[in-house]
Amino acid sequence: MFKGLWKPVCAFVAVMGILALNPALAAWELDMPQGVTTLSDMIRDLHREILLICTVIGVLVFGVIFYAIFAFRQSKGAKAATFSHNTTAEIIWTVVPILILIYMAVPSAKAILEIEDASNPDLTIKVTGFQWKWGYQYLDNGVEFYANIDEASAKVARLGKSDGVMELEHYLRDTDKRMVVPVNKKVRILLTADDVIHAWWVPELYIKKDAIPGFVNEMWFTATKTGVFRGQCAELCGRGHGFMPIVVEVMEQADYEAWVAENGGEVAAVASKESSADVTVAAL
Amino acid sequence: MSEAVHSQDDHHDDHGPEKGIKRWLFTTNHKDIGTLYLIFSLVMFFMGGAMALVIRAELFQPGLQFVDPHFFNQMTTVHALLMVFGAVMPAFVGLANWLLPMMIGAPDMALPRMNNWSFWILPFAFAMLISTLLMPGGGPAGGWTLYPPLVLQTGDAFPFMVFAVHLMGISSIMGSINVIVTILNMRAPGMTLLKMPLFVWTWLITAYLLLAVMPVLAGAVTMLLTDKYFGTSFFLAAGGGDPVLFQHIFWFFGHPEVYIMILPAFGVVSQIIPTFSRKPLFGYEAMVYATATIAFLSFIVWAHHMFTTGMPIAGQIFFMFATMLIAIPTAVKVFNWTATMWRGEMTFETPMLFAVAFVILFTIGGFSGLMLAITPADYQYHDTYFVVAHFHYVLVPGAVFSIMAATYYWLPKWTGKMYNEKLGKAHFWLSTIGVNVLFFPQHFLGLAGMPRRIPDYAIQFADFNAISSIGAFLFGFSQLMFVWVIVDCVRKGKPATAQVWDGAEGLEWTLPSPAPYHSFETAPEIK
Repeated sequence: MFKGLWKPVCAFVAVMGILALNPALAAWELDMPQGVTTLSDMIRDLHREILLICTVIGVLVFGVIFYAIFAFRQSKGAKAATFSHNTTAEIIWTVVPILILIYMAVPSAKAILEIEDASNPDLTIKVTGFQWKWGYQYLDNGVEFYANIDEASAKVARLGKSDGVMELEHYLRDTDKRMVVPVNKKVRILLTADDVIHAWWVPELYIKKDAIPGFVNEMWFTATKTGVFRGQCAELCGRGHGFMPIVVEVMEQADYEAWVAENGGEVAAVASKESSADVTVAAL
Repeated sequence: MSEAVHSQDDHHDDHGPEKGIKRWLFTTNHKDIGTLYLIFSLVMFFMGGAMALVIRAELFQPGLQFVDPHFFNQMTTVHALLMVFGAVMPAFVGLANWLLPMMIGAPDMALPRMNNWSFWILPFAFAMLISTLLMPGGGPAGGWTLYPPLVLQTGDAFPFMVFAVHLMGISSIMGSINVIVTILNMRAPGMTLLKMPLFVWTWLITAYLLLAVMPVLAGAVTMLLTDKYFGTSFFLAAGGGDPVLFQHIFWFFGHPEVYIMILPAFGVVSQIIPTFSRKPLFGYEAMVYATATIAFLSFIVWAHHMFTTGMPIAGQIFFMFATMLIAIPTAVKVFNWTATMWRGEMTFETPMLFAVAFVILFTIGGFSGLMLAITPADYQYHDTYFVVAHFHYVLVPGAVFSIMAATYYWLPKWTGKMYNEKLGKAHFWLSTIGVNVLFFPQHFLGLAGMPRRIPDYAIQFADFNAISSIGAFLFGFSQLMFVWVIVDCVRKGKPATAQVWDGAEGLEWTLPSPAPYHSFETAPEIK
C-alpha cells in the first residue's frame, strides 16, 4: 500500500516545493486583498475567523482520519472492534458545532446590520450596468459619463490577437474614465441596470451588489485611503461580461472638487448630506 | 390486460434477456436499465468534460487564444447542464436501478415499463440540448442558472433548451416515483425501514426531493418560455415583472437539487466504508436522521445563492442562520464515517480509496460552504472562483468520486468479474492529484478577486489559472483509465465470488456474481 502511495505524494510535494521556492510566489495572492474602507477589515476578519475555524476543525478531523488509516489497517494486524454507536460522543459532536456556529453567527449578523446601513451619505452616485459598460451619474453635482474598457485592453482582447496581453499591467482592469470619489466620505451607490443583470464589484472596497433592471439596489463605502482600485462586473451578462471593468479613484477632497469642476459638475453642491439624500429621491 | 398476463406466462421460463438491440430498447429489466443509465452518464461525463477542457484551455493563459467569448459562455452553460442533469443525476439513477432491488430483496423495480421510458427520454433530451450548439445564435449561453433577462437573449436554441429541461424533469420525476414505490412496497419481509441499507435510505429521501422540486424547475422554465414567446412579463421589469423572482424559484429548485446530487453519494460511502473497515456503520440511525434533516433544511436555504441581489436584512440573516445549520447534520455524517473507520480493520482497495478521498475532499467543499454562508464574507466570495472551487469540490471529489467508488465496489457483482486492482488504484491517484491541482488554486483566484464565468482575465490571475488548467487536463485524461479499467474488467477480469469483499454485508452479496437477471424471485427473510 505504501509503495503505491509514496510516488505520487513525493511528486506532489516536489512540485509544491518548487512553487514555494519560486521568488514570484510573493506576488501570488493567497487571500483577500487588503481593503481600503471603514468596514473592510471587519469583513476580512470574519472571513479569516471562519477560515481559521474550518482549518482547525479540518486539521483535527483529517488528523483522526489519517491516524486511523495508518493505525487500524489489516496489514498491521488491526482487529476490528464491534461498537456501532456511542451516545456521549454523538451528543458532544453535535453540540460543539452548534456552539461554534452561534459564536460565528452573532458577529456576522451584526456586520450585516452595519453593512446595510446606507443612511446619511455624503455623496450619491447612480451606477447603471449596460451590455457592456458602466454608466455613472453623480446625483449631487450632475457629473455624468460612461466608463468603457480602455483601448489598449480592447485591442488585444480579441480572438487570436492577444499577443501583447502580458505587457499590459492592467489588462481588462482599466477604463477610459474612472469613477472618482473623495476620501473619508460616505459614498452611496445606487445600482440598476438597463438590459440584463450585472454586478458591481471592486474587491478592495469589500462590497458587491447586483445591478438589476427595474430595481434600485443600494450600497455604500467610505474609503480611508487614496489610490486607484480596480474591479469588474461579477454577474454573467453576456458576451462582453469579462470586458466591463470598474476603476475607482479615491482622491483628497480638494482634488475631487477640481475633478468635478473639470467634468462639468457643480462644485457648490459637493458634500452636503441633506442635499445628497434629497437629490436622490428627486432624481429617481 | 389478459393478453399481458398471457404473454407473461409464455415467458415464464425464459429469464434471460432478449437478443440484440431490442434487449436495450424494450427492456424493462432493472439491471439493463441501470446499465443504460450508467453508460449514458459516462458518455455525458466525457462530453461535459470535453467542454470543461475547452474552458480550461482558454483560461490557461490571459488573452483569447481558442474560442470566442460567446462560445465560451455556451461551453460553461452546456458543461454545467450536461454534468448536472446528464452525468451525475443519471449515474445515481443507474446505481439505484441496479442496487435497490438487490438491496431490499426484490425481483425488479416496481414500475418496469415506466422505468424504460424514464431512461429512453434522456438520450432525446440531451441530443436536443447538444444540438442547440449548432443552431443560429449558438446554444444557451446565460449560465446553467438561466437567469433572465440574459437567458431571454438566447437565439433559436431557447425553446429547445426549455423542452430539453422539461424532458429531463419528466424523466427524473418518473425515476423518483419508481424509486419511492419500489422501496415502500417491495422490501423483503422483515426489512423494516430502519433495517434498510443507508444507500436505500438516502435514495428514498432523494426521490422525495426530486418529486418536490423538478416541477418547480419546469414551472420556472415554462414562465421563461412564455416571457419570450407569448407576451407575458413574469420576469421582465419593463412589463411589471421581477427578474429576481426567477432566481427565487430557480434556487428553490436549485438548492434541493444540490442535495439530490450528494445524498445518494452519502449512501454509497456509508456502504463502502463499513465494508473495508470490517466494522458496522457508526450511528446508523443518526445517519438516517441527519440525511432527513439535510433534506428538510435544503428547502429553507435557497436565497443564500442570492445574498447580493439586495434582499431585506431580515431575509439575509434568516438565510445565513438556516444555511449555517446545515453544517450540523453534515458534521455528524463526517464524524460517523470517521468513527466507523476508528478501530476498524482497514484495507484500501480502490472503492475504499475513493470513499476515504470523498470524506476528506467533500469536507473541504463543506468548509468553503460554511464560509459562503457567512453573509458579509459572501459579498466578497459571491460569483468568484471561490464559489467555483466550492461547488466543484462537493461535486467532483464529492458526488463523482462516490459514483466511481460505487462502480468499483459493485462492478464485480454486476459483471461477475474482478477489475484490475492496480489499474484502479492508478486511476484513483491520478484523479485525486488531478482534481486537487485543478480546483484548489481556484480558491485563491476567487479570494484575489477573479469573477467566475469570464473567458479572459487580468494578468495577476495568470499563474494559478495555468496550474488549474494543468490539473484539469491531468484529471480529464485520467478518466480514460476509468473506461479502460471497466472494459478490461468486462473482457478479461478474473471471476468474482458472490461475496466479493470479505467485509461486505447486505442482501446483494448473497446473490451470485454476476447477479441473476431477476434479482430475488423469492423474497429473502430478514431476521
